[in-house]
Amino acid sequence: MQITSPTFKANAHEALHDAQLQRALGNVRSGFIHKRAKAVGALPEFEELRDNAKAIKDHVLEHLDIYLETYEKKVEDAGGKVHWAETAAEARGIILDICRMNNARTVTKGKSMLTEEIELNDFLEASGIQPVETDLGEYIIQLRGEHPSHIIAPAVHLNKDQVEQDFRRVHTEFAQDRDLTEPEQLLSEARQVLRQKYFDADVGITGANFLVAETGTSIIVTNEGNGDLTQTLPRVHIVVASIEKVVPTLDDAAQILRVLARSATGQEASVYTTLSTGPRRDNDPDGPEEYHVILLDNGRSAMLGTEFQDALRCIRCGACINHCPVYHAVGGHAYGWVYPGPIGAVVTPSLVGVDKAGHLPNASTFCGRCESVCPMRIPLPKMMRHWREKEFERGLNPAVARYGLKFWLWFAKRPRLYRLATYLAMPVMGLFGGHKRRFRFLPFAGGWVRYRDLPAPEGRTFMQQWRDRQTINQDARG
Amino acid sequence: MNKAASAPPRVGLFVTCLVDLFRPSVGFAAVKLMEDAGCVVEAPAAQTCCGQPAYNSGDRDDTRKIAKATIEAFEDYDYVVAPSGSCAGTLKKHYPGLFKGDGAWEERAQAFSDKVHELISFLTDTLGVTKVSAELTGKATYHDSCSGLRELGIHDQPRKLIGSVKGLKLFEMDEADVCCGFGGTFCVKYSEISNAIVEKKTANIVASGADMLLAGDLGCLMNMAGKLKRQGSDIEVRHVAEVLADMTDQPPIGGK
Amino acid sequence: MSGRDAIMNRIRNVLNATDAEDDPRRVAASARIDFPPRGVIPARGQLGLDGRIKLFKKMAETAAATVEKVSGPGEVPKRLAAYLRKHNLGAKLRMGSDKRLRSMPWAEERALQVAIGPSDGSDEVTVSHALAGIAETGTLALASGRDNPTTLNLLPEHHIVVVNAKDITGDMETMLDMLRERFGKGVMPRTLNVITGPSRSADIEQTLLLGAHGPRALHIVIVGGK
Repeated sequence: MQITSPTFKANAHEALHDAQLQRALGNVRSGFIHKRAKAVGALPEFEELRDNAKAIKDHVLEHLDIYLETYEKKVEDAGGKVHWAETAAEARGIILDICRMNNARTVTKGKSMLTEEIELNDFLEASGIQPVETDLGEYIIQLRGEHPSHIIAPAVHLNKDQVEQDFRRVHTEFAQDRDLTEPEQLLSEARQVLRQKYFDADVGITGANFLVAETGTSIIVTNEGNGDLTQTLPRVHIVVASIEKVVPTLDDAAQILRVLARSATGQEASVYTTLSTGPRRDNDPDGPEEYHVILLDNGRSAMLGTEFQDALRCIRCGACINHCPVYHAVGGHAYGWVYPGPIGAVVTPSLVGVDKAGHLPNASTFCGRCESVCPMRIPLPKMMRHWREKEFERGLNPAVARYGLKFWLWFAKRPRLYRLATYLAMPVMGLFGGHKRRFRFLPFAGGWVRYRDLPAPEGRTFMQQWRDRQTINQDARG
Repeated sequence: MNKAASAPPRVGLFVTCLVDLFRPSVGFAAVKLMEDAGCVVEAPAAQTCCGQPAYNSGDRDDTRKIAKATIEAFEDYDYVVAPSGSCAGTLKKHYPGLFKGDGAWEERAQAFSDKVHELISFLTDTLGVTKVSAELTGKATYHDSCSGLRELGIHDQPRKLIGSVKGLKLFEMDEADVCCGFGGTFCVKYSEISNAIVEKKTANIVASGADMLLAGDLGCLMNMAGKLKRQGSDIEVRHVAEVLADMTDQPPIGGK
Repeated sequence: MSGRDAIMNRIRNVLNATDAEDDPRRVAASARIDFPPRGVIPARGQLGLDGRIKLFKKMAETAAATVEKVSGPGEVPKRLAAYLRKHNLGAKLRMGSDKRLRSMPWAEERALQVAIGPSDGSDEVTVSHALAGIAETGTLALASGRDNPTTLNLLPEHHIVVVNAKDITGDMETMLDMLRERFGKGVMPRTLNVITGPSRSADIEQTLLLGAHGPRALHIVIVGGK
């Protein structure tokens, strides 16, 4: 996937002028937020659960090596195999080897942001293996050759008439004049098409929401049942998970599950929480015959022990994205890589480099709404500021902004000169504001006056008038 | 009661650079509100800006220099009060972190932080003000500025005092707690996105049916006023302190 | 150096790990696994049996499942035959070899054909017996195996789940204890399906639709209790 984060501004411009996209983004603004608020309001212990969820993940990160070892051993005890991959390329190679050993021609996939991160689909296709996305949203965007624009609602940028067009283009086995105007009809058709794919697939690939050290279990959470079929029907099940997904116990997973569903979709519980442990047993009539787990690092261990460690608590619920005014304005693709929104602004520079993703932590108003809803209490604005500090140190921010800031700071650090300059400037500026008391045009303020008027200053500064008032008071007392 | 407790509290007014430069009347409204509540208010001349533009641009060194100067100018007061949730948030929530591991300064920054308050919550939560004696006929809507709301927990306090203004009715807008798109330098650096955000905000303001917009942060107010005026709206925009202090003689922000 | 060693070395360096058996980190981690701390248990489900059954029903219905109660296992075949008629479904069911299900009087429903074994996707209606119900969220827990094959949970149009009233717990953690008791500490069935309502998707314009890939309908029969 080509990283387009460097052209964030241009991407955003395009997104803001895409009427279709803007209509679709309205759904994020209205739906997710109210549903989450309702579900959170219905659980008095929610804040306490957030605290505990955070504490669990912090504990994991402090004991990561031990829990990974324990988990690995438990998977092997259950007859599964654990593979370690440092990089995306290594993970892809291991997956391909497993597919080749099983003569796989098609693989079905459960929804997994990590396989987006490692660009698995393109790689498998180039290697002659057909990947089939089974999550409805992922399936739709795969048909369109797009990438997800949201981590839990990958096709949220689309409207139903676009989906209808794609289904008519690709599902040529159905009558051309069939009715596909309603979302139900689209869903029904996708169900029919994909059902057969599950049976045809040789390998099923899923991500994992949790890896449980206590039992060697991988857990996925879905509403459609797609990931669950993906890991039940094919002969081989491959789990691709990043190392920070491990939790100590089933109880710990149960704690975090409570905040996950509510934060993500506003559900009390997701429909399917599926716990898989190893391949099918001697007596099992169904389930995969092979069970592989790929533990992928891809930059995570480098975040450990740094100011970005807290981001490793992320459970990919999407709440920060759902509540972000910048995301509401530009959608997910503008961010230019796999993870959009506030969490994307924090992890993208870590994973692809701040030189490429430098815009993302800057394109935030620091409104703090993301942190206020993050179930894992990740201090997202603080981390974006850390990135800005790194960019500032390296002189990566634009020269105009840097010099403008330096000019302001030169005065701000010199109160007397600051007073003098502002005593002189503000009354003049106030005068130019005219009787309307605002500016439509103003040199050096193009970013502001292009879209809004600039209210004119009243005239003399507060400190100027305050000094007068003190003098008068003193005279009166004098 | 001992003597110290009975002496009127000495408040250092942190005017904020935007109020100082653009709307001094907010500063005088703040002074009046606090003096009416029995405070002695001073505005130390050594103050400039809280340092947020530098801090949010990643310039930690300059932020620290400004923070030191601000702490020195204000640490002798009983309280430090700013008519802005955003600036008060920086002084209170972010200054101590700037000096983490810097022994003496960390302590000084923390002691300073403990004294910092945003104006309206200072009136209600610290001074126990429950009503004001202002009068203004109209329909107001109130925007929750982000830092005040989420860093300092300011939500009910201004609404309570607005409710005590004779003749003024509060009309809640949808998404009052959503950012207006100002974001300091964000609104200039990413002006097109900022514009998309403030357009949603002004649509909510207009839909509320109010004829006056109030908020506690001048940055947000200038942004929203600028957009409303550009859209030709005649909704009046004011800092909530002006209304509470009954000081609405000045034309509203951005004019009528 | 293998990928495993490289990753582990990086982690261990950051965490100042040692190989000592009595490394406090190692002690803390194994204590947590041996004695999982309970965490925050919402008060909502902490009720007597009757209260749990009531809450379970309410929450399952909120999640778009249908629920009925029967006084004993002997009633189940009759009620399921009625369910099939009500929904204009063929008089056919598939189930696993769960003794609790097999010992029900299916022969009394003469028209009803009952098939045994995993599903190949052609079954309209399947029946499973749950390990447990969870009142807090109206959730079912189903363990895989010959008794209740996983395919029966995911492939039919209508999934019918029988749960004993006494197995309805207040919270997921209590269900996990049942699981540990049944399979042994640290041991799991190949698959545990934890299910709350029928399959759904909101991927098209955020419109919630039932029956995405899994069952379009989930019907729960509570056996026993008041």
